[in-house]
Amino acid sequence: MTILGNSGLVLNEKLLFEHSDPGRKGYSLPKLDVPEAALPAELCRDEIAGFPELSEVDVVRHFTRLSTWNYGVDSGFYPLGSCTMKYNPKVNEIAARLPGLADLHPATPPHLAQGILELMDKLQTSLAEVSGFARVTLQPAAGAHGELAGMLVIRAWHEARNSTRSKVLIPDTAHGTNPATATLAGYDVVPIASEGILTLEEVESHMDDDVAALMVTNPNTLGLFESNIEEICKLVHARGGLVYCDGANLNALMGIARPGDMGIDVMHFNLHKTFSTPHGGGGPGAGPVGVTEELIPYLPGPGVERVGDEYRFETDNAESIGRLLAFHGNVGIMVRAYSYIRSMGGAGLKHASEMAVLNANYIRARLEGVYELPYKNRSLHEVIFSDKDLEGGCHTLDVAKRLIDYGYHPPTIYFPLVVKGAIMIEPTETESPDVLDEFCDAMIAIAGEARDNPDLLLKAPMRSKVRRLDETTAARKPRLKWEGSE
Amino acid sequence: MRYIPHTAADVSEMLERIGVKNLEDLFVEVPGSVRLKRPLDLPEALSETELLRELKKLAAKNATPSTHMSFLGGGAYHHFSPAAIDLLVSRSEFYTAYTPYQPEISQGTLQAIFEFQTMICQLTGMDVANASMYDGASACAEAVLMAVRLTRRKRVLLSRALNPRYRATVATYCLYLDLELIDVAVADDGRTDLKDLAAKLDNTTAAVVAGYPNYFGVVEDLAALSERAHEAGARMVAAVAEPVALGLLKPPGELGADIVAGDGQSFGLPLAYGGPYVGFFTVRQKDLRAMPGRLVGETTDLDGQRGFVLTLSTREQHIRREKATSNICSNQGLCALVTTIFMSLLGKQGLREMAGQNLAKAAYARQQLAGVKGFSLVFDGPSFNEFVVRSVEPVADVLGRLEKNGILGGIALGDDYPELADCFLVCVTEQNQRSEIDALVAALQGGAA
Amino acid sequence: MEFPEELKYTEEHEWVMIEEDLAVVGITDFAQDALGDVVFVELPEVGTAVEAGKAFGVVESVKAVSDVYAPLTGTIEEVNDDLIDAPEIINTSPYEDGWMVKIRMAEASDADELMDAEAYQALIAEES
Repeated sequence: MTILGNSGLVLNEKLLFEHSDPGRKGYSLPKLDVPEAALPAELCRDEIAGFPELSEVDVVRHFTRLSTWNYGVDSGFYPLGSCTMKYNPKVNEIAARLPGLADLHPATPPHLAQGILELMDKLQTSLAEVSGFARVTLQPAAGAHGELAGMLVIRAWHEARNSTRSKVLIPDTAHGTNPATATLAGYDVVPIASEGILTLEEVESHMDDDVAALMVTNPNTLGLFESNIEEICKLVHARGGLVYCDGANLNALMGIARPGDMGIDVMHFNLHKTFSTPHGGGGPGAGPVGVTEELIPYLPGPGVERVGDEYRFETDNAESIGRLLAFHGNVGIMVRAYSYIRSMGGAGLKHASEMAVLNANYIRARLEGVYELPYKNRSLHEVIFSDKDLEGGCHTLDVAKRLIDYGYHPPTIYFPLVVKGAIMIEPTETESPDVLDEFCDAMIAIAGEARDNPDLLLKAPMRSKVRRLDETTAARKPRLKWEGSE
Repeated sequence: MRYIPHTAADVSEMLERIGVKNLEDLFVEVPGSVRLKRPLDLPEALSETELLRELKKLAAKNATPSTHMSFLGGGAYHHFSPAAIDLLVSRSEFYTAYTPYQPEISQGTLQAIFEFQTMICQLTGMDVANASMYDGASACAEAVLMAVRLTRRKRVLLSRALNPRYRATVATYCLYLDLELIDVAVADDGRTDLKDLAAKLDNTTAAVVAGYPNYFGVVEDLAALSERAHEAGARMVAAVAEPVALGLLKPPGELGADIVAGDGQSFGLPLAYGGPYVGFFTVRQKDLRAMPGRLVGETTDLDGQRGFVLTLSTREQHIRREKATSNICSNQGLCALVTTIFMSLLGKQGLREMAGQNLAKAAYARQQLAGVKGFSLVFDGPSFNEFVVRSVEPVADVLGRLEKNGILGGIALGDDYPELADCFLVCVTEQNQRSEIDALVAALQGGAA
Repeated sequence: MEFPEELKYTEEHEWVMIEEDLAVVGITDFAQDALGDVVFVELPEVGTAVEAGKAFGVVESVKAVSDVYAPLTGTIEEVNDDLIDAPEIINTSPYEDGWMVKIRMAEASDADELMDAEAYQALIAEES
């Protein structure tokens, strides 16, 4: 086996502030062509103490070196479960930087912004087609922001019916944003147990007149399709509630099945997962929300609409929950997602989901028996193992750190919480079988190392820029900014 | 498909290894009744050439500073962005990475965020900055929620001179949290009315929120606002939509602000029709554990080398779930990196010089416009790079006339402020040449004649 | 792992030492071990009324957070301020220096409801 991870020359780099030299400049501005002006002295600050003074070369080298300490999708395989780290197409980056899109001010009158409005309209229509919802809003800036929009919409629908329901049911496999969001919408969270997937009986036992909604993820965070979803939605509806779906895992279903057709009322998309926009080291993403016909009036706004050949912002939105951001959403991300959808076409999106599911099942087939597989139902786009069978006193964390030495980004670990020592692998469709084989070989080798030489895992990683970091001291005595050299 | 590597042979070998006959067998858990039985109704796939052709056509329908002289502001600003920024953030180790949960292979992102936190604290004069929020408006909403948590009070006073989109966002976030949002009037100078504030403040008030500068471009007397807020036991929230102003203005932290929330778009981010931008969020040390969002802290590794990690994450949704300080997860990491590089390049001198140019150009434009018959300045409080103009001629007609001259002259205020229906908001930055300002003045004169 | 005989225990992994009408409360060795390195402790103010079974404080490690529940109803008489600056005491000395609060009990007989060391050990044997 060829091990990808190797050592190389890694350059050290100080903090910006430790480079700073008084009088250095890294910018140029045109000469001022109007008379100078001054504010009253009592409004003015002294110089910004501590702000760096650097040349352009200093700054470019600094951030170039920093970049080499990172690992991106372009560096190698990034099997983070529930994160859908697929390849980020380069043409999308060019598209978002076209001056007519990148330099457009958000307050430009709509008749002078017809191009972007047309793109937004087409994107929301395309997302509605992929998901089976009646309408999609593009405003939310991230998945959790979309969840907030969706739960506020649900609450607004209930309020409009004078319903004062106060509870939201959330399965124990849910992402932490789900309960946090329900709280922000003013709801009490009722956690419900699942046995891999939700059963009708379990939902029924919690579904009373005080339940406003059920929040599900489908496929769920175990990579399993909630195959009782239709019956569950019918039950929740019959008892006067609505069903929210976290769309984080939509990459398993494009062209296969549509959440809107399953009876789900509201779902957010993650354009930075399913629709290939880059994760940016923690954003920006975008979290559009799709809803059924009945919930359209409550969507955040104003939304984009087409009237004849004109695109404009809706004006009739008295029942809307209002806006969630200063402007129209992460438009630069929308451009990338639109480019992706246009590059793939409908058939291409379906092919992507099929290959994503094929890849996950291939990894499962190769690693089952080496690592414990806690749920045996057929996996969709991701597969969850545990560290139960691992020898040598090694745990999931050690496998993750050892994978770094082999040249891989570790999978999602210790999530979902219902699996002890979870190792959650989502390969996505953009990885070839060769890459998957090399990764599986590494995983198998690591299980062997745990048995024969556990120190290799316990002391890993050895080849990275830094070794394991002291997170306890970081939390006990937080140092959250640079305060000068000691 | 160029992004999917599988050949037909790959697929059949993989299916065999899995032990199923065909792709269909992988979806057995998806019941037939919910399966989509037709192809997705989306246009055919495009090649790169065709895609860019289509997008360029769309882009050409939009008005930008290369097609029009622009005086639009109101929370998004056209500023100089050094060329190095885009090339650096285009390094794919930055933009194709995930949130830095594995610190050993994410030190680049982590150190950059640590530098971001440091510079945002230096800029605002505050103790602790988080690793970013979605934008200024949502950061402002989170600031209100934090003040409510800390004070356990339910009443929030929002200056009417706070950006109306920020006020609307606060209202959405607070919809079902049983809070009372109350507007505070604007005085004749364009600042928040201290008398009205005093009348509305009481010992149930959680927060006072004002823009700095405010939506009308006027610099608030933040010290006076903070003092009043603190007397009532409320928190002072300063919202900074135009951080370039902090190159010159006293930092809010020096003027008593308890939370400073703002937008970093001015620091190198393209206008992009409203996003992605980046919110920043700073607090006092004592309130650290109540703050939303991610934090990066300095520590050491096993060999004693300096390194950085995400820290204090027990405040966050992935650990504390329904009791978290916010539901925020991934937000605007790469945008925060853009502003970090911007602040590094501009540095101590550059930010001051840029702010000075904005101030001077706006002052020049104010002076010139004040001399045009039929137009007048509305507020006389000290202002930065925006100001409000009143027009005898209907505002829609004025802006329409300017547009015919290739000028985006400003934002009509009537929709957000019925009492200012005859007014518009003009923004002048260092990107507007004197000749553009003169053209604006000439075009306005043209109509009045 | 030790579970002193003289202490009483709760299902939420708190220990209680009864000193006349005062109850000294902390978290057990089992709880501190499960939590890992404690990095932060949040304690109530003196004089706060607490109710049996309701949370009165929080203990945090790097990756976990746990509410601490009042074993008995009463009023907070004293809190262990040393834990604010040195939360690691909970790991090193859970039963002595790591005590969290002293509660003045409303009803001394409530203490009879608590588990003894043997019952608690049986409980954790079942849980782990």
